[in-house]
Amino acid sequence: MLNNFPLWPERASSAAGNTDALFIFLLIVSGLITLLIFTVLVFFAVRFRHRRGVQAEQIEGSIPLELAWTAIPFVVFMAIFVWGAIVYFQGRTPPRDATEVYVVAKQWMWKLEHAEGQREINELHVPAGRDVKLIMTSQDVIHSFFVPAFRMKQDVVPGRYTVAWFRATKPGTYHLFCTQYCGTQHSGMIGSIIVMEPAQYEAWMSGGSTGPLSATGEKIFAELGCSTCHRMDGQGRGPNLQGVYGKPVALADGRTVMADENYLRECILDPGAKRVGGFQPIMPTFQGLVSEEQVNALVAYVKSLSPSRQSGLPGAPAVVVPAKAAGKTATKGSQVQ
Amino acid sequence: MPDSQTVDSQALAVPNEIHNPALLHHFATEQQQRDSASLGMWIFLSTEVMFFGGLFCAYLIYRLKYFAEFSAASKTLALSLGATNTAVLICSSLTVVLAVYASQHGKRSMLLINLVLTLILGLTFLGIKAVEYNEKFEKHHVPGPSFQFDHVQVAGHPGQYADPRHAQIFFALYFIMTGLHALHMIVGVGIFLWLLHAAWKGRFTPDYNTPVEIGGLYWHFVDIVWIYLFPLLYLIDRHPS
Amino acid sequence: MATENPQPERVNYLNKDYSLASWLLTTDHKRIALLYLLSITFFFFIGGFFALLIRLELLTPAGDLVQADTYNKLFTMHGQVMVFFFLIPSIPAVLGNFLVPLMVGAKDLAFPRINLLSWYLYIIGGAMMLHCILTGSVDTGWTFYTPFSTAFSNTKVIEAGLAIFVAGFSSILTGLNFIVTIHRMRAPGMTWSRLPLFIWAHYATSIIQILGTPVIAITLVLVVAERALHLGIFDPKLGGDPLLFQHLFWFYSHPAVYIMILPSMGVVTEIIACFSRKRIFGYHFVALSSIAIAVFGFLVWAHHMFVAGISVYAALVFSILSYAVAVPSAVKVFNWTATLYKGSIHYDAPMLYAFGFLGLFTMGGLTGLFLACLGVDVHVHDTYFVIAHFHYIMVGGAVMGYLGGMHFWWPKISGKLYPEGWARLAALIVFIGFNLTFFPQFILGYLGMPRRYYQYPPEFQVLNVLSTAGATILGVGYLLPLIYFLWSMRYGKPASGNPWNAAGLEWKTASPPPTFNFDEEPVVTWEAYNFDELDAPHKQEVPVAG
Repeated sequence: MLNNFPLWPERASSAAGNTDALFIFLLIVSGLITLLIFTVLVFFAVRFRHRRGVQAEQIEGSIPLELAWTAIPFVVFMAIFVWGAIVYFQGRTPPRDATEVYVVAKQWMWKLEHAEGQREINELHVPAGRDVKLIMTSQDVIHSFFVPAFRMKQDVVPGRYTVAWFRATKPGTYHLFCTQYCGTQHSGMIGSIIVMEPAQYEAWMSGGSTGPLSATGEKIFAELGCSTCHRMDGQGRGPNLQGVYGKPVALADGRTVMADENYLRECILDPGAKRVGGFQPIMPTFQGLVSEEQVNALVAYVKSLSPSRQSGLPGAPAVVVPAKAAGKTATKGSQVQ
Repeated sequence: MPDSQTVDSQALAVPNEIHNPALLHHFATEQQQRDSASLGMWIFLSTEVMFFGGLFCAYLIYRLKYFAEFSAASKTLALSLGATNTAVLICSSLTVVLAVYASQHGKRSMLLINLVLTLILGLTFLGIKAVEYNEKFEKHHVPGPSFQFDHVQVAGHPGQYADPRHAQIFFALYFIMTGLHALHMIVGVGIFLWLLHAAWKGRFTPDYNTPVEIGGLYWHFVDIVWIYLFPLLYLIDRHPS
Repeated sequence: MATENPQPERVNYLNKDYSLASWLLTTDHKRIALLYLLSITFFFFIGGFFALLIRLELLTPAGDLVQADTYNKLFTMHGQVMVFFFLIPSIPAVLGNFLVPLMVGAKDLAFPRINLLSWYLYIIGGAMMLHCILTGSVDTGWTFYTPFSTAFSNTKVIEAGLAIFVAGFSSILTGLNFIVTIHRMRAPGMTWSRLPLFIWAHYATSIIQILGTPVIAITLVLVVAERALHLGIFDPKLGGDPLLFQHLFWFYSHPAVYIMILPSMGVVTEIIACFSRKRIFGYHFVALSSIAIAVFGFLVWAHHMFVAGISVYAALVFSILSYAVAVPSAVKVFNWTATLYKGSIHYDAPMLYAFGFLGLFTMGGLTGLFLACLGVDVHVHDTYFVIAHFHYIMVGGAVMGYLGGMHFWWPKISGKLYPEGWARLAALIVFIGFNLTFFPQFILGYLGMPRRYYQYPPEFQVLNVLSTAGATILGVGYLLPLIYFLWSMRYGKPASGNPWNAAGLEWKTASPPPTFNFDEEPVVTWEAYNFDELDAPHKQEVPVAG
């Protein structure tokens, strides 16, 4: 795959072509501008070199010229901006129904867990042709998940999830680099993305796992006693979590937020921050009691309780206020369904 | 290449004038010196605005994020002491204005009195601040290893409980912001001590009172910073009971 | 082109008093400029030494020259020393301090004692930084990102942060001094439109210095406090936000790069005008573009954070604003080029540096367009592409401008002429060495080689070897001026008041100038860049004043 003196990185994702096209456009534009300026410079340098008896001609300026060489670059820059914005927007909008992989970065390794349950260290096996969404967080400092062949990069930040996605197109093995300086072994925090043919991937997948991540999450949910309050019958002291993910949630303080991965994570680690309307603030924090991987598993479990990833009508609160609480704590954010 | 022309020695713009000893040698006129000092102080104050600005930015972000804790933590501050300090500083700005006026009109005793009053008020401010800091120390509200804040219900917000970690952020900002302000007050006190000494020596006249003016500008700025700090830190969520 | 002066030595700012005290307690802006010259040259070679070690390590894919921790300290120190102790002060503190009063026709800056204070603050900060380096150093990268710097690094973060804090006030005071001087101390007849564009550039730079530097100062205070007291301002485990640090840091550090380049643009403007014997094309547009860069430069900081986790909408805003700030720089390049048209161009060393600047700044600036482009930045952010881009601007741009300016004004500063042949050779060596060092890094970046890596996959080696070869050549190019400038102080031919027959008030006094700059206060009755008058064929020879 990788020869000894490459001048261009391999293209192995659906986005790589878009990035390369944009880059080549920039190369051409810059090249033309450079050529223009250099040619003019050299020409003037030679043509107008000092000659005995020849005076320089004092020219104040030219407003039309100034306006032209202000406006034209500005227009060109705006074109570049728009094309770049489109490519960027696509890169930051994961498709629905992408396969999910949870990534936990720590000094100085990558820990990955497929939704189906496979765990990997510093390696990620993916099938060619399928959208893969990475849900990433760090255990310690800021890292950055960078796969040059996919033209994909996203900082991995402690305390929250960041998301990236790709669709690998070409089977092969590609570099994974950490590209946000993170300490001693920053340049050792590297790995491989192994893209396989779908059939090979299925074979690899079936070769032993601990079960889907959401199943692990379900176990933890029970072990930590979450199910005591978060009952499915609506009688619990905590909200029923079925159908929560992907829908707006009305909070106790009147705000409405979208229940995405970051929200679910925050509820586990900092329950008071965005408490659901109509419920007492009695949930303890699990900060320090669960590892990042366990949080990922719990999040995967709660997500699995939604019928499909982003179903439901927008605007309709997802959480049912239990009848016994509705009378006493009818704050402005809660609604009875 | 021939050398360039010389300056026309007859075209001096400024006639020779009797040299005021306060005029520094690199300035052409006293007016230029005065204007330079004034502009210099205003620019310095704009750098101070940016300096405090970073803190105000951090404060804004965390207040929006952790309003409940900011509300709860703010209520542990001694409102009466803060309000007294505000009044003290406003009065000190008055005495500064009077001192500047006095120096502009050559009123020596008025100048001295107001400089002394300003100093007294400034030191009063610092003293009250010290009392407040001491109280915070005793309540373990100083951020660091011995920080303690009870996971209490936030008054006025039924069902909202304060996370001590977030309350610590309030206190961190409180101490850094008021501490930086207090440092500037101490420098201000130093400046006014020097002004008092120079005024006592009779160095200020209606023709030359620039140090009083720009010292006054500095003091006013420090006062204004407090005028912002007080409501932002002490009055977050106070309601008449 | 430079003329000699056979007249006997007069009293000037250099020979007036040789005692150490007269230098260390001076308030003469020209002496302070030389104090700065010595100090920043010292730090330049320290930072350059670290760069040399970095490039030696990168000759091979394996990490075999130094340990990982050492390498991390090397690139951190290279960055901190070069940014805060060389680039930020360089032109303003040396050429600006020396020339601003001369160019506006004043006897000194508005606040000479504050000027001396600013040098002492720089020295204190520099001493603290040296001490930090010698007693363990820092490994956070010059960008100090949290929570690594506040909660994980085991190195002397607090000391380094405080060193930069102190040095920052040096920068603020210099900027303050320049603004007041330019506003209040212009000689009679020196209107704003008659000011050299060097002054406009320093005015714009000073605005950034006074408004931006305090923000990094307070950010460093917060980092130091957090590290010392385990606060939670930037630590997510305590409720803090690591991205808040990045916003505060880049709010200064992006405008800081304009502090580094604007003065160099001012120098290049003066050189191009003088050596093509023409008024700069579009004077007002060049002047206003400096101000525009200073203003817009404050609005683009989060283009360093496109993949940091900011929202897509924030990224769009900062990208479009980054293109807006590119426009005034492009305008300048066009105006400089147009100045050459129908000029009468001489190729002395300063002009060679100016041409080098034009080429390298153009390339560096164009690669900035790549980085401002969201779609491309995702791929090249935090790779060698960024390193190549900023070195093209800061070394190919700022340092070339600095060297060009040192050569141009050397006769004025020292009263001696430097050896022209060696200077042209050095300019060529610097240009070649620079391109060989940094052009391969664009390719390395697009290939995906991350920044701050001391070991790398073997397929990146060839380009790294080329880069190191270039660095060696570049180092030779930098040593040459050090040697021949020192040589010229003793053995150089004495210079006349205006060896280049240049325009500008600084050339209307002796070389070196007397302590109070002008024998009589100048009264300006002519426009800037009056080369038509200077080169008028019928002019009589006039001896130098005084």
